[in-house]
Amino acid sequence: MNTTSYTFAYLDEQTKREIRRALLKALAIPGHQVPFASREMPLARGWGTGGMQVTAAVIGRNDVLKVIDQGADDTTNAVSIRQFFSRVAGVRTTTRTEEATLIQTRHRIPETPLRPGQIMVYQVPQPEPLWRLEPSRAETRRLHALAEYGIMHVKLYEDIAQHGRITLAYDYPVLVHGRYVMAPSPIPAFDNPKLHRSPAIHLFGAGREKRIYAVPPYTDVISLAFEDHPFRPWKAEAACALCGSTESYLDEILIDDRGTRRYICSDTDWCERRRTRGKTA
Amino acid sequence: MYVAVKGGEAAIEASRALLAASRRGDRTLPQIEVAQIEQQLGLAVDRVMGEASLYDRELAALAIKQAQGDLQEAAFLLRAFRTTLPRFGASLPIDTARMTIARRISAIYKDLPGGQVLGPTVDYTHRLLDFSLITNEEPPCAPSAEAPLDADMPRATAALEAEGLLTSEPDDGRTPPDLTREPLMFPASRAVRLQALARGDEGFLLAMGYSTQRGYGSTHPFAAEIRYGTVAVEIVPEELGFPIEIGDITVTECQMVNQFKGSKTEPPQFTRGYGLVFGHAERRAMGMALVDRALQARELGEDVVAPAQDEEFVLSHADHVEASGFVQHLKLPHYVDFQSELELIRSLRAEAAARAETALKAAE
Repeated sequence: MNTTSYTFAYLDEQTKREIRRALLKALAIPGHQVPFASREMPLARGWGTGGMQVTAAVIGRNDVLKVIDQGADDTTNAVSIRQFFSRVAGVRTTTRTEEATLIQTRHRIPETPLRPGQIMVYQVPQPEPLWRLEPSRAETRRLHALAEYGIMHVKLYEDIAQHGRITLAYDYPVLVHGRYVMAPSPIPAFDNPKLHRSPAIHLFGAGREKRIYAVPPYTDVISLAFEDHPFRPWKAEAACALCGSTESYLDEILIDDRGTRRYICSDTDWCERRRTRGKTA
Repeated sequence: MYVAVKGGEAAIEASRALLAASRRGDRTLPQIEVAQIEQQLGLAVDRVMGEASLYDRELAALAIKQAQGDLQEAAFLLRAFRTTLPRFGASLPIDTARMTIARRISAIYKDLPGGQVLGPTVDYTHRLLDFSLITNEEPPCAPSAEAPLDADMPRATAALEAEGLLTSEPDDGRTPPDLTREPLMFPASRAVRLQALARGDEGFLLAMGYSTQRGYGSTHPFAAEIRYGTVAVEIVPEELGFPIEIGDITVTECQMVNQFKGSKTEPPQFTRGYGLVFGHAERRAMGMALVDRALQARELGEDVVAPAQDEEFVLSHADHVEASGFVQHLKLPHYVDFQSELELIRSLRAEAAARAETALKAAE
């Protein structure tokens, strides 16, 4: 790609301004989905175009960017997006969570606690938490406006009645600032508590569905549940085979075709840092 | 084990190099020139320009070459280029009544002012493979008409409009919205719907239009007119204050007229489905016109019962750049979510087994 013919961070300044306006509105109304005129990006829809537009709109020359997919910095699409911003914005990149000022992510929140001033950018495939229950976005928009979330509570109740528990394992709906039910993007439910009163800014970009939403710092983010069936984040009951961590989210690795399994940290930075500090399994 | 499940920058670079090599194919054969694609695969160029919403034959041909002839991928490439272009103005509406006609047919009149002009079409060819193309034989020169076409080629719908039998489509004077600069919201205006259909996937438009012909939202269509040719594009520069021509584009326009038995507020009359697309693309223009008419169901007080009448369904799924991206994103790793599903299924199975055991013991 000939970078000289593109503006800083690829998008033209008017578009960036337009996205920033949507972001400001989203931060002012936590959890509310703000429509925006999503642009075509040189990556396919569903591959992070929403997150990329948000990143392009907020990134500055002094930012340090980290990109993860499934918690890992070296998964193919994370590499591709990181290379893209190195090219079109020339910013410094890192794999270390605490070094990054801007973290674009797909499906995970890093294990290392976020600090004030950091911005998380989520790639969102489906911003509408009610879509499985009501496919019409005109109707779900009305339900959000009226805070009419009965269908969601009935769904969760029916889960418990049929299966004895809520059968949502990822993209687990949350109530933001006591008002809007929000899709936290397909992060495992294990990561949901990290959003609650987080000191970082959390920006969500859904490119194909043309929505932006946000969770400002120190905002209540409560996973939906019932008093007698409280929210339970799950992870594999195991320790990382590399660093021995028992508190991080684990990926299951098949060792052979007889079902032998090992578990390793999904957050590669977290795992590497623990090992450099001398932790082993 | 750790390396086996990860991508890595070196592997990605190698994959890109393999793609370039596979695009080149057998290096003993000459490369296709972009100009050859533009000239000899012109209908592919037209489709890519239409679905990319960018009229540039050379860049569309380049995209086709880069995409190895995958036209959806080519449209995606061209759109990703289009999105970076600055906007310096909007043209005046093109006037298809003043088109320089290459082809114009009407299925609702035997003859009409200006006549039936067949032009270049596959409609009357037999679909037999022409083996002379393997040996690159030059075709004979095309005959030219003895007299030029009538300069006056009114649209076939003009007479119906004059008689008041066809709904008029008055200009309400509002600036049309721009689908590429504003998010698609529902209910959508007809202008937005037409924009979305004009860049929609040709296969989708065709299938949706076809479904209305098979009873899923029937609209009783007649092809009042299909015309294809070049029209002038005019802009009004602020410093001049009057319109100037900046070039010609080729377009295909299709007007369907449809039976309408009338409603409480409207007398019985014909309604119109409209299709307008870049280049020569009659299948695309006709599909668009059928779907445009089906989507007017709500405004005309018809029951919305079929997929083609449901604007949220049609407009949300017509764009193949979005559809292809999202379908193919399933190739991206999903193992974190899958892991949480795995844990969930295992614990549900364990609980179900425990319940069954308890029940069995209780029965004993």
